[in-house]
Amino acid sequence: MEVASLAFHQAARRALADAELQRALARLRQNFQSRRAQAVAALPEFEALRRAGEAIRDHVLQHLDHYLERFVERAQAAGAKVHIAATAGEARRLVLELLQAHGVRRVTKSKSMVAEEVALAEALEAAGIRRVETDLGEYIIQLANEPPSHLIGPAVHMTEERIARLFAAAHGEPEEHDPKRLVAQARRVLRQAYLEAEAGITGANFLVAETGSVITVTNEGNAELTQGLPPLHIVVTSIEKLVPTMEHAFTLLRLLARSATGQEFATYTTVLTGPRRADDRDGPEAMHIVLVDNGRSAMLGSRLQPMLRCIRCSACMNHCPVYLAVGGHAYGWTYVGPMGAVLTPALAGIDRTYPLPEASTFCGRCADVCPVRIPLPDLMRVWREEAFRRRLAPLHQRAGLRLWAWLARHPRLYRRLFGLGVRLLAALGGRRRRLRRLPLAGGWTRARDLPAPEGPTFLASLERRR
Amino acid sequence: MSRGRVGLFATCLVDLWRPSVGFAALELLERAGYVVEVPRAQTCCGQPAYNSGDAADAAELARRTIALFEPFDWVVAPSGSCAGMLRVHYPRLLAADPAWAERARTFAGKVHELVSFLVRVAGVERLEGQLRRRVAYHDSCSGLRELGIREEPRQLLCSLEGLELVELPGRDECCGFGGTFCVKYPEISARMVDDKAAEVEASGAELLLAGDLGCLLNIAGRLRRRGSRVDVRHVAEVLAGRLEAPPIGGEGA
Ligand code: SF4
Repeated sequence: MEVASLAFHQAARRALADAELQRALARLRQNFQSRRAQAVAALPEFEALRRAGEAIRDHVLQHLDHYLERFVERAQAAGAKVHIAATAGEARRLVLELLQAHGVRRVTKSKSMVAEEVALAEALEAAGIRRVETDLGEYIIQLANEPPSHLIGPAVHMTEERIARLFAAAHGEPEEHDPKRLVAQARRVLRQAYLEAEAGITGANFLVAETGSVITVTNEGNAELTQGLPPLHIVVTSIEKLVPTMEHAFTLLRLLARSATGQEFATYTTVLTGPRRADDRDGPEAMHIVLVDNGRSAMLGSRLQPMLRCIRCSACMNHCPVYLAVGGHAYGWTYVGPMGAVLTPALAGIDRTYPLPEASTFCGRCADVCPVRIPLPDLMRVWREEAFRRRLAPLHQRAGLRLWAWLARHPRLYRRLFGLGVRLLAALGGRRRRLRRLPLAGGWTRARDLPAPEGPTFLASLERRR
Repeated sequence: MSRGRVGLFATCLVDLWRPSVGFAALELLERAGYVVEVPRAQTCCGQPAYNSGDAADAAELARRTIALFEPFDWVVAPSGSCAGMLRVHYPRLLAADPAWAERARTFAGKVHELVSFLVRVAGVERLEGQLRRRVAYHDSCSGLRELGIREEPRQLLCSLEGLELVELPGRDECCGFGGTFCVKYPEISARMVDDKAAEVEASGAELLLAGDLGCLLNIAGRLRRRGSRVDVRHVAEVLAGRLEAPPIGGEGA
């Protein structure tokens, strides 16, 4: 996927004017926020759980080499093959080689944000391999030929009416509006795809170092069928998904479900350790795990390391006023919302993404709800500092700020200049005490009046009174 | 008898836009028994630079502000955002500067937002005064999340005779001001403040209060543009009983 984050401004403006998108976002806000709030209220020890989650993730990141080694050893002992891909290109090449070696023409695929990140779908298409997405949301956006707009609800930007139109066109059936029947239509297509697939591609929520297991969670059970039915299973995930033990994984799963959908636990949790053994009733004959780095190890030991704690729950975006105003596509790449505003510059480069960490009021709600306590605004500030160092923001913005900062260090001049300025604005405000328009302040005054200053400054009035 | 010396950090917005808030703060602090001084060389806390990634300029302003205010027993600001900058972010900003790290930490310990200072430090439990109006209080994000201010303003407001407090449903949601954010992303900011203004109107409040002038200018500006009847003021004006200045952005329609 091309990185289109430099166009955030324009995309955001379009999104704000898109009535259908706005309806979908309003619904998302309602559902996700209230469900999480209820789940958190029902668990008094939720704060303690967050601290535990943070500690587990920090520990893993501090000893990532060790756990990576152990995971590789245990997974291989269980019969899986583990591959490390340093870059997105390497990941694509690895997966294509595996598919070609097994003569695969048709794959089913469940959700994997890492597969999205490395643009696997495009690579499969270029190689002439048919892919059917088995997660319902992913299936919908595959039909629409759009990227996901949310971590766990890839099609949350769509209204039901739009999905109905898409299904009618794709399935050659009359337009259907009953959600149950729509799901049934998709099921029919998916059932066929499951049976025909020669390989299944999945992501992973966690990798357990102690056992070499891959854990996936879904609410549709589609990961099980994707990984269990075809003879070849390929996991595409990233190196930081490791946890030391099964117990740690379950602590994080409790946090994940509550933060994501307000469930106590996801409907389906699958632990897969190696391919089918001699006495297993089902399972793939071969299992390959592709662990993607793609810029993550460079974050280790830097100020951005806490971002690697992320367990992809989506709570930060569900509570972000900016995300809820513009939706995910405006962010211009795989990862969206507050977590995307930090992770995307790390993986795709700040030069191509600097508007993202700026798209925040630093209200701090994301950090408040993050199950692993990632200080997202502080990390966005790290990127703003880098962008400032590289002079990426427009000159007039940078010059304006530096001038302000310089004046703030020269109080006499500051007083004289701004004292004059506010008296002028006060006069312009007149008896209504507000301005409807002001040159150079169009951004402000297009949507709101500018309350006029009272007139003399506080310090000047104080001097006069005392 | 004096309970100590307070340095009032008026904040650049109060200094330039709304002196009434500065006078209200002075009065509240003096009534609580403090000797209050307002250092003349104060300007801006540096938050616009800090949040724009200009750490060097922000650190320069931080050192200035610390040097100016560290002689006081307490430093009080009528703003959660600026108090948060001084209290939470100055120590981080100067952590790597051996000459200043310790000074910044000591300084930070003296800094408080005005209303929380009255309740937590001065021990003010109630205030004399009356206001027969239905009032909504907007929590500023930094006050709420960086400084944990939630109950203090409500407690003092409710002690005023006749005042009826209504709660906004999205009370932990940002108004869209965000300092330079409202200039960099005016359309998104406009959407956020419109949501907030609509909520304020729907709440039935006649007067909207908050502890941060940034939020107040933003919400007042949107309410006036919507032709709303709701008036807007800084919480300190009401707590001090100083309502002689017209509301922010003028009277409601
Ligand atoms: S940053 Fe935190 S809240 Fe956002 S997706 Fe990751 S874990 Fe969830």
